[in-house]
Amino acid sequence: MSLLYSELQWLPRPPQGFSTLLKEAGNSSDSLGNTIWSLASFALDLNQLTKLAKVIGKAHSQRASLHPLVPFRLAILSNSTVDILVPALIASAARHGIALEVVQPSYDQVAQEALTPDSNVNSAKPDAVLFALDYRALPLKLSIADPEASSATVQGVLGYFQALRKGIKDNSNCLCIFQTFAAPVELLFGSLDRALPGTMRSLIDAINRELAAFVLDSGDVLLDVAGLAETVGLANWHNQQLWNMGKFSFSDEFIPLYSDHVARCVAATRGKSRKALVLDLDNTVWGGVIGDDGLEGIKIAQGDAQGEAHLAVQRLALDLRQRGIILAVSSKNTDSVAREPFEKHPEMLLKLDHIAVFQANWNDKASNIRAIAEELVLGLDALVFLDDNPVERDLVRKLLPQVAVPELPEDPAGYARTLSAAGYFEAIAFAAEDLKRASFYQDNAKRATLQKQVSGVDAYLASLDMTITFQPFDATSRARIVQLINKSNQYNLTTRRYTDPEIIDAENDPQVFTLQVRLADIFGDNGMISVVICRPAGVGVWEIDTWLMSCRVLGRKVEHMVLREIRKHAQAAGISKLTGVYKPTERNTLVVDHFARLGFSKVMQDAEGLTRWELLVEEANPENASMKVISKGFSGNLETLLT
Amino acid sequence: MDEPQIYARLAEIFQDVFDDESIEVTSHLSAKDVDGWDSLTHIRLMLTVERVFKIKFKTSEIGNLENVGDLVVLIRARA
Repeated sequence: MSLLYSELQWLPRPPQGFSTLLKEAGNSSDSLGNTIWSLASFALDLNQLTKLAKVIGKAHSQRASLHPLVPFRLAILSNSTVDILVPALIASAARHGIALEVVQPSYDQVAQEALTPDSNVNSAKPDAVLFALDYRALPLKLSIADPEASSATVQGVLGYFQALRKGIKDNSNCLCIFQTFAAPVELLFGSLDRALPGTMRSLIDAINRELAAFVLDSGDVLLDVAGLAETVGLANWHNQQLWNMGKFSFSDEFIPLYSDHVARCVAATRGKSRKALVLDLDNTVWGGVIGDDGLEGIKIAQGDAQGEAHLAVQRLALDLRQRGIILAVSSKNTDSVAREPFEKHPEMLLKLDHIAVFQANWNDKASNIRAIAEELVLGLDALVFLDDNPVERDLVRKLLPQVAVPELPEDPAGYARTLSAAGYFEAIAFAAEDLKRASFYQDNAKRATLQKQVSGVDAYLASLDMTITFQPFDATSRARIVQLINKSNQYNLTTRRYTDPEIIDAENDPQVFTLQVRLADIFGDNGMISVVICRPAGVGVWEIDTWLMSCRVLGRKVEHMVLREIRKHAQAAGISKLTGVYKPTERNTLVVDHFARLGFSKVMQDAEGLTRWELLVEEANPENASMKVISKGFSGNLETLLT
Repeated sequence: MDEPQIYARLAEIFQDVFDDESIEVTSHLSAKDVDGWDSLTHIRLMLTVERVFKIKFKTSEIGNLENVGDLVVLIRARA
């Protein structure tokens, strides 16, 4: 059996003396949060995860700060024993930058906990509830070859999920995470079980399909346990002995894998998925060394076993780009030599057009990766670096611990699968705009070039022929709004994260002013680039609860245009004063002067650097940038079409 | 594998599972002597023993151990 999954082989092995490192975690010169994060980043087994969770638990009980780990409270409702899982979940969450607290009610109290308003789970105010159910929790009735009865069974199960979800939504209004179901191994007929309605296998197939559709529609999160079990093999996944003995839902050898997957989902709800893939070239993207072997010597052809392994890496990179992951290159090479295969080799799938930043030079890789992050205006923790060379991997891990660097197997045949198994790009929702993101970043590079040619910023901005569109939040754009709210770190004044239901509340509340902003220019449509939420805060006052903007449109005076729009609606609503807060985080120093630049006056600053600002609406005087303004979806006279 | 080797391996496993480097593993050691040796930790202990010694226990064997001496007999019979 492949150990890639059960042993998390994309992660480096823990060093000798890992237990000692754990014991000394509190004495490190680095912050406790960072130390725990780095200790969690090894391929830990169940016992090591349990010990690390103890260190985290101790920090929690002493109320020690785990910053920069982000707090998250997860309630688990399960029909199996989760006690052995909980420490593994807590430690795995730290690997993904989350300080996890688990609310764990009594065994097998799923419906009672979900439906009772003051149950343990509902009174704990969790950020999310994980329904860690397996097939034994379902009211499944065999109804062999009876399509009507089996459809009724499936609908009954879905009804049960809907009731659970409604209980949690009514009582806790938090995110629900549902799991698909790993089918048991045992069959009645054999292959026919899959085809015949009403067998266990086809019932579970149908439930998984319906559940997936339900989750996509409801805005909840899906954890594909069925897919996980299929990946490692159902016969390995299910362990009858452990179920009989301790009501463990699946084999202990997959606890680290399962926990990592839960942690990925949780981290994705907090905007912690990675956004860009940085590729080494020699022996990663192609076989051989271009500088030594030349265009004819490198292995990249179909029909060549080694070449096909590297083509698989290219295909995966290209597919990732298609779903919105940005590609970059970091290679120790002379620039023109490194570009040659992209330009001239007929078998290359990757072309220069697909690469947003191309860094081929003789500097060390850490400096190059830092330069890539800067050019893309992304944090280092948004990057994944793929390199066949263990020395380079180690160097980047040491100097830039925020960058994810997967271990790779000796044989390039396993590169693509290993990268995929690591799940760096886990997403909980998909917005159509993701499809375009990779090319946005490339167009930005073009804009930067144009900027150098046109003299004067205003002339440059005018030459972009921009159109800005303002709308209130609406159902069509909700997925993208939620995504921006949960992903934007840099141009974000308060970094408040909201879930789907919270955004629906804001949409429907007439007291709350919401704004989604889109920007188009000569290079194309940038899509949604800014989100604002203002909430009433006393008579005639709006508090700017959320103001964020995509860094792609920095320096376009968009924020001035947004303030103009806010001013218009504030005046119409009889608002005389706007107040705002800048809450500093590790990532948002970019906007420390945001309110000052827009003419707000500072009224307060606390020891942590949090500042409060206010602006009288009648004194607001934001700049008018050269762009067309469309305002739509607002009541009557507040619409503006092409002024 | 002879008994001293088995005891040495078991000592490492116990220290790992119970996160306590002071545990001394003798044939008389049993659940009542060790802090945190409850039914769940017992399963985690037995799973770790199975993995390290590359053996599999029967359900009845896992439930019927009196002390470490019993466990060593079992390991010797299998390994």
